[in-house]
Amino acid sequence: MNEKYIQITRNGLWDNNVVFVQMLALCPTLAVTSSVTNGLGMGLATTAVLVFSNMIISAVRHLVSEEVRIAVYIVLIATLVTLVDMSLNAWAHELYKVLGLFIALIVVNCAILGRAEAFASKSNVADSALDGLMMGIGFTLSLMVIGGVREVLGSGTLFANAHLLLGPAFAFLETTIVPDYKGFLLMILPPGGFMVVGLLLATKRVLDQRRAARAEQIAALTL
Amino acid sequence: MSLEQLRGKLSYQGLLLGGTALLTSAILAFASRATEAEIRKAEALDLKQSLAIVLPGQYDNDVTKDTVVLPSSEGDVTVYRARHAGKVDAVVYRVIGHGYAGPIVCVMGVSREGKILGVRILKHAETPGLGDKIEPAKTKWIFNFDGKFLGNPVVDLWAVKKDGGVFDQFAGATITPRAVVKAVKGGLVFFEKERSTLLDETGGKP
Repeated sequence: MNEKYIQITRNGLWDNNVVFVQMLALCPTLAVTSSVTNGLGMGLATTAVLVFSNMIISAVRHLVSEEVRIAVYIVLIATLVTLVDMSLNAWAHELYKVLGLFIALIVVNCAILGRAEAFASKSNVADSALDGLMMGIGFTLSLMVIGGVREVLGSGTLFANAHLLLGPAFAFLETTIVPDYKGFLLMILPPGGFMVVGLLLATKRVLDQRRAARAEQIAALTL
Repeated sequence: MSLEQLRGKLSYQGLLLGGTALLTSAILAFASRATEAEIRKAEALDLKQSLAIVLPGQYDNDVTKDTVVLPSSEGDVTVYRARHAGKVDAVVYRVIGHGYAGPIVCVMGVSREGKILGVRILKHAETPGLGDKIEPAKTKWIFNFDGKFLGNPVVDLWAVKKDGGVFDQFAGATITPRAVVKAVKGGLVFFEKERSTLLDETGGKP
């Protein structure tokens, strides 16, 4: 039982990471990762929607027919996103002004439908909630890493405007890595996003291969 | 009949889809009712804050309520009027420039003498690092307009330096500042044309 949860966690964070392994949700990924703060905001909003959509879809999975499931899932996800959008606008307006643009984008984030289809429609509610949470955290971390590389190279700062997203208490996160930096525009524009995603993807592959090779060596030694 | 068999039926699928749509619409309708008032309030506050930036000084009316809608070349413009002791001291309205990547929405405050009190960018999609120098958070360029009016500089010089005017352009981005200068100039021309209505000096006539 415990092993299953560890497996789900590992899958979400690394082995089956939304961006770097499933290669899903690349559109919002490239669009928002010009800074760490933007990546974090998009990641958190997506995680919230992913947890709830996985739970709801898992709860109704026995009622939904195979033939119309995609339509039902999409309607449920769109409703959920609209609810998040409206409540943020009403009760957390400052946050909404920062995240507003991203929230509507979540509907078209194929990672959410992907998890509904691949996991939630076949698993119980608790497992689905954990899967949504871990996939969401994995997505958030990926966005923050991509955003971090692009922000440092592109504008020489890290966590710029964090106080807008997290409140004034987090203003200490905002650091200038390179003072008097003239900026490297390419990194902020979409091509920079593609390059960073590609390089990080290659890095992850190398790490995974090394790990596999070491595991093989150990297996050979113990034989 | 078991659920398994039922799920395969066409009528069940139709009802399922319809039911889902009905249920989610109902939820959304309720949520919309519940959040509407709060959203209105938050948006009114936003408006008030954006007006306050370009309205320095004292005024004693509710600027967000004292409005007049006038036609202009860019469609209907809502003008907010700030009064002091009943007299219109300044007006605030939006002007739209056509930038490199779509509309640049600016808000400008003009005193009753026709002098610019301030210009700010509300929304734009200009290239980050080049065109976004119109934002006060990036450079001080937008403050160049403060205190200017039609006549200082004269009409012909209301342009970027590249076009023979007095306003700086940015290295690598001329279209953006050109669009903003043109929009602000248009705003001043609009003020001169509609002056008496804007300042509420038509003797009660609209």
